[in-house]
Amino acid sequence: MTAQDIHDILKLQFTDAVIEAKLENVVDPFIKVRTDMIKEIAVFVKNDERLQFDYLMCLSGVDYKGKLGVTYHLYSMVHHHKIVLKVEVPTETPDVPSVESVWKSANWHEREAFDLYGFNFAGHPDQRRILLPDDWEGHPLRKDYQTPEFYNGMKVPY
Amino acid sequence: MGLLDQKFENSNIVVTTMDNLLNWARLSSLYQMQFGLACCAIEMMAASASNFDMMRFGVIPRATPRQCDVMIVSGTVTLKMASRIKRLYDQMPEPRYVISMGSCSNCGGPYWEHGYHVLKGVDRVIPVDVYVPGCPPRPEALIEGLIKLQEKIRNESLAKKKAV
Repeated sequence: MTAQDIHDILKLQFTDAVIEAKLENVVDPFIKVRTDMIKEIAVFVKNDERLQFDYLMCLSGVDYKGKLGVTYHLYSMVHHHKIVLKVEVPTETPDVPSVESVWKSANWHEREAFDLYGFNFAGHPDQRRILLPDDWEGHPLRKDYQTPEFYNGMKVPY
Repeated sequence: MGLLDQKFENSNIVVTTMDNLLNWARLSSLYQMQFGLACCAIEMMAASASNFDMMRFGVIPRATPRQCDVMIVSGTVTLKMASRIKRLYDQMPEPRYVISMGSCSNCGGPYWEHGYHVLKGVDRVIPVDVYVPGCPPRPEALIEGLIKLQEKIRNESLAKKKAV
C-alpha cells in the first residue's frame, strides 16, 4: 500500500486531524497530525485491517527552533509498508498523549524523549529519566541547552 | 640488568635489597581489574588474547577490585560512571595503580568539545599513573604502557614518602 493510500484512509477517518503530508520526493513519506488526536490515530492505525501498523520502529523527539516535535516511525509486519507520523507542540507546554498502551516499545522511547527533550507524555506509567542520572538538571538535546559547569563536584567543560 | 631470577650463578642464594625484591614481586604479577567501558575494551581484550597475550607479563584480569593492583580504564568515562569509578578505585587495596587507556579516558577524546555528559579525562576523579594515547591504542601500545608502569614500580622505594 503506498503512502498516498495510507494518507487517504487516514484523511477519510479523521478529517480534521490530518494537518499536512509530504509523500513525494522524500525518503520517508510523513503525515503531520494534530497532537491531541495522536492516541486515537495510533489505535486506529494499529487495528485497521488495511493498515495494521503493529510495529513502532522508533519514537524520537525533534527540536525545530521554536517548537518541539515527536516523530513516530511505523511499520506493518503483515502488509510490509511503513509510514511516519509527526506531531508538533510548543516548547513551553510540551504535552503529548502517550502511545505506550498501543505499542509497548514506546515505553522506553518516550522515557528517552522525556529525558533528552522534556516532553510530558500524558498517561505514561513510568515517566523518569533513562539515560542521564536522576539528579541531572535540564534536557540536553534542546537547542537552547547550556552545558553545566559542575556536576557533583566534577568540572564538565574541557 | 635482568630480573632477580637471572642472578642464580654459584649457588641457590641471591642477595638483594628489600626494595628490589618487593618491586620485582609487584611488577611481575599486576592483577588487572577488568574495566572495559567502550571500544578500548575490545583492544584490551585483544591484548589479553593469544596474539599479544598480556598474561605472560603476569597480568590476570580479576573481576573484583579487592584483589587487583592495576585498573586499566578503557573507554569513555561518563559523569554517571565517574562516581562508580571513584568508588571502585577506593575499594582497591594499596599499592594500586591506574592506567588510562585511550583518548576518551585521557582527555575526553572526540567528545571534548560537545560532550555534555562526558568526563574530560578520568584524572579528574582518580590519580592516573600511565596514559596510553590512541583511539583505540593498539594492543602493543597498551603493553608498552604496562611496561612503563613496570618501570615506574621498579623505581619505587619503601623509604620514600608517598602521597596518600
